[in-house]
Amino acid sequence: MKFSENWLRELVEIKAGRAALAHALTMAGLEVEELTPLGEGLAGVVVAEIISAEKHPEADRLQVCKVSVGQGEPLQIVCGAPNARVGIKVPLATVGANLPGGIAIKAAKLRGVESFGMLCSAKELGIDADASGLLELPLDAPVGKPLADYLGLPDASIELKLTPNRPDCLGLVGLAHDVAALFGSAVKVPAQGSAPVTGEARRGIRLEAGADAPRYLGRIVEGIDPQARTPLWLAERLRRAGLRPISAVVDITNYVMLELGQPLHAFDNDKLEGDIVVRHARTGETLKLLDASEAKLDSSFVLIADERKALAVAGVMGGFDSRVTDTTHNIFLEAAHFAPAAIMGRARKLGMHTDASHRFERGVDPELPRRALERATELLLSIAGGKAGPVLVAENPADLPKPATVTLRRARLKRVLGVEVADAEVARIFTALGMGTEATTDGWRITAPSSRFDIEREEDLVEEVARIFGYDNIPTLTPAGALTLAVEPEARINELALREQLAARGYYEAVNLSFLAAELLTRWGFTERLVPLANPLSADLAVMRPSLLPGLVESLRHNRARQQERVRLFEVARVFAAGDPPLETPSLAIVASGSAQAEQWGEAARPLDFYDLKGDLDAVIAWGGEPQRWSMHADGLPGWLHPGRAARIARDGQTVGYLGALHPQLAKALDLGPDVHVLELALEPLLARRLPKAQPVPRFPSVRRDIAVDLPEEVQWSQIEQSVRGALGDQLKELRLFDRYSGKGVETGRKSLAMGLILQDASRTLTDDDADRCVREAVAALETACKARLRG
Amino acid sequence: MDDLESRAAQAQAEIDKADTLEVLEALRVGLLGKSGIVTTALKALGALAPDERKARGAEVNRVKDRLAEILATRKQVLEQAELDRRLASEKLDITLPGRDSERGGIHPITRALERISAIFARLGYQRADGPEIEDDWHNFEALNFPPHHPARAMHDTFYFGDGRLLRTHTSPVQIRSMQGRQPPIRIIAPGKVYRSDSDQTHSPMFHQIEGLLVDETSSFADLKGTLAEFIRAFFERDFEMRFRPSYFPFTEPSAEVDIRWDAEDGSTRWLEVLGCGMVHPNVLKNCGIDPERYTGFAFGLGVERFAMLRYGVSDLRAFFENDLRFLKQFA
Repeated sequence: MKFSENWLRELVEIKAGRAALAHALTMAGLEVEELTPLGEGLAGVVVAEIISAEKHPEADRLQVCKVSVGQGEPLQIVCGAPNARVGIKVPLATVGANLPGGIAIKAAKLRGVESFGMLCSAKELGIDADASGLLELPLDAPVGKPLADYLGLPDASIELKLTPNRPDCLGLVGLAHDVAALFGSAVKVPAQGSAPVTGEARRGIRLEAGADAPRYLGRIVEGIDPQARTPLWLAERLRRAGLRPISAVVDITNYVMLELGQPLHAFDNDKLEGDIVVRHARTGETLKLLDASEAKLDSSFVLIADERKALAVAGVMGGFDSRVTDTTHNIFLEAAHFAPAAIMGRARKLGMHTDASHRFERGVDPELPRRALERATELLLSIAGGKAGPVLVAENPADLPKPATVTLRRARLKRVLGVEVADAEVARIFTALGMGTEATTDGWRITAPSSRFDIEREEDLVEEVARIFGYDNIPTLTPAGALTLAVEPEARINELALREQLAARGYYEAVNLSFLAAELLTRWGFTERLVPLANPLSADLAVMRPSLLPGLVESLRHNRARQQERVRLFEVARVFAAGDPPLETPSLAIVASGSAQAEQWGEAARPLDFYDLKGDLDAVIAWGGEPQRWSMHADGLPGWLHPGRAARIARDGQTVGYLGALHPQLAKALDLGPDVHVLELALEPLLARRLPKAQPVPRFPSVRRDIAVDLPEEVQWSQIEQSVRGALGDQLKELRLFDRYSGKGVETGRKSLAMGLILQDASRTLTDDDADRCVREAVAALETACKARLRG
Repeated sequence: MDDLESRAAQAQAEIDKADTLEVLEALRVGLLGKSGIVTTALKALGALAPDERKARGAEVNRVKDRLAEILATRKQVLEQAELDRRLASEKLDITLPGRDSERGGIHPITRALERISAIFARLGYQRADGPEIEDDWHNFEALNFPPHHPARAMHDTFYFGDGRLLRTHTSPVQIRSMQGRQPPIRIIAPGKVYRSDSDQTHSPMFHQIEGLLVDETSSFADLKGTLAEFIRAFFERDFEMRFRPSYFPFTEPSAEVDIRWDAEDGSTRWLEVLGCGMVHPNVLKNCGIDPERYTGFAFGLGVERFAMLRYGVSDLRAFFENDLRFLKQFA
């Protein structure tokens, strides 16, 4: 809602300057979004008339004008505007003026011709954006009059960001009521008159849309002057409200909408056939609208029609064919009440948003149509002439909204606000807001004016009191209520701690959008149980991510493209899968590329490999205290992983994630090398932690024996561990692999492993004989189960 | 006898001149070793007459003790010198970088989000959670948004084919936390939210934190106090603050909270940081809580906004680009 400050001040006495007014509006919930001062720096700018214009002798595009400023000799002005011509009235900045744009006007010579001032465009004066030529003033503009006086300047254009509950402030008169309550002053709304009825013309109106359109008023005005010009004062008010003047009839309906908040529409009466019929649209019915678009309608729309055709989409926009043009002599003016629910979402459905729909879907005072119609007629007759016919009324009073009567309890008011507001102040606030106020023993019974659609229950009244009383006047306290202590399970790792752990291991946390391009997912092979958006912003943001990795690898690529070779990123977020309801699983993903360690002087550089990432995972798993519940499997890998350099991760035998090098084909498609390794797993299993249960520390020393065996290349470490453990039982405390070798000295197809057996018994100190026996049994088990041979 | 004494005197001079531990050890062996002169002198005692042996023995032992002491002293000096030499040769360039010093960092959004949650945790607010793919009832209807209401138009919503939607705010967690449970309730619900809007100052995904308190005594005055404390705790300074009447379907009275922010150029301006209000009685009722007995307040804030203010981030989009040159600033 944008309007002229001067206009508002004309409607209500405001004992405050501009800044204080803006502050008061904002603090009453009518937020001032923008305040543009208009017409400052216009001292020395006067209305002037061009009395002669000749081509500049030295310059094609300049004219030498003589202009009259009323008194004294005409002034010589050199002007380059294309519309400068004899007879028009235009603003003249005289010598000594300082224009808003910083232009200081001095007497000057332009290409050898003297000039004593400057003829101005609207833009140069800071009152509009139009810089196409001189601002042409009406021909009756008084020559010599200071322009500011003539245009009613200075003024300001104020734009309010109104919340949807306050449609009553979408008209200046409604706004004036709120302002009056804020400043304790009275509104000065002009008396509501009735325009003289001098015409006879009538037209039937039939209401066939039930409660959706319970009131429809119309009037025929015949014989208007289609060329009538919108008076300057009215055009200026529209302009300052952000509307462009179009034609007298349209400007008048817009003006009344701004003033009262009631949208109006004018039809060319000669295009109407028979009665006006207010009905629901038929499915498939279409109508060409004023903006020349074709509206495809269904039965949820209310239509204004005549007996043969649709004329307008109720509460949204008029039709093209019945519009008022510069040849229209007879018009049919409409002012109606539509139920908000009948208009809500309809404009949106047509992909539009209009001043009318904006108001109707929030609620327009049902008492306004008559007043608005009379006001528009009055303006029309005085500006464009014509004969007004009688006001034609069709209504179903039973379907009109009833003024709400709501009770406010004094005790409730105090409880919700936390402060006591004096009875007299409460009564003053309601009365000032135009509400019927009746004191009861424990509070007030309030009747809302018909303009207020937001007063339905006690809390709505509490809000009104708070708003006008002032939020600033409510004290600042701290809640006293009972406190229940939150219990944080210890057997669960805090998610933040996990993130910090990963950060401590060199990873940076990334945050990606939750949606991805379907194409990228296809490239990765994610094609099942996808959850696509019905209305994505773009094809790149169309599908809820089934995995964090495609996005995170894109982040890695972003950094690789910016000279960051060594990238280590992680992300914690939800991944999505189709279901009812859809599945949301918190997930952890890691991507890494480049060298294993940041480039440094102390150790040889080595490319990152599977075991680096696995080490990071193992560290996190170890933190949970139950590494034995986790296992790695070479089978069942997804297609995006390298079939030989990746693992399926399981906890208690259940697959929870994957780890490894990207599949070379995918890496190539993404323009990445073999060093890119990824990990993704469900977050929850990772956060599970064992609550410690203390055991006595061993009382007897441990002994260590090292063995080296060679065995077939394909034997996995987990098999070896299992065999040795099976053979030695509880006496084996730990099995440490400390060397792995294949190549010279080892038979082809075999590898040599060196491992340390840490042996300990809970009840006695192990002897050398015990240890030797353990070694023999371990070797025997490895020979049997793993085709191992003891070395050297 | 004189021979031993003079040999000892000579040895003493040699010991003083010994400049390595090896030389010193050779001297010790020559004096006190198995066939050293002192040992030889001791062995020779057996051949003497008993009374002479006693006197001679005492003398030899005196010499032995004296030499041992001189040797020890000299050894200590030489060892110290050797240690000094070694230490002098073992000097490191202690300005070289340490090994494996690289660490990562958590994202600034996480950082701000966790800081905010922790402040409310200290006030007894428990963390709560809800799905990101919501149904219309939880995201709108239960929060008092009627179908097609213009207030819905302020939430540009992403939909799925089945009518579900991506939550447009964390407020549905209010509903989920209150359902099937009675006050007192204090919850804080951080998470991702979505609006179909994307430009310099809007991201289609962003983070919100929702707070909710319901009990038998809470008032608008308590809401003001709670948020004032929170702002002070988060920014570690006092701000001029204002509560401005506003409108949210699920709270009434509703307010937007502005703080007086100092811009870099020295000017100040009001900056909107929070939305809040008293929980609407319809919302309490929708969750089975008696609005006559209980009142409550709720607030919602954008985490990105707080992170931008706190860490001086000027471009919202930087949060989602995951550029290491940006992320490393928060390590």
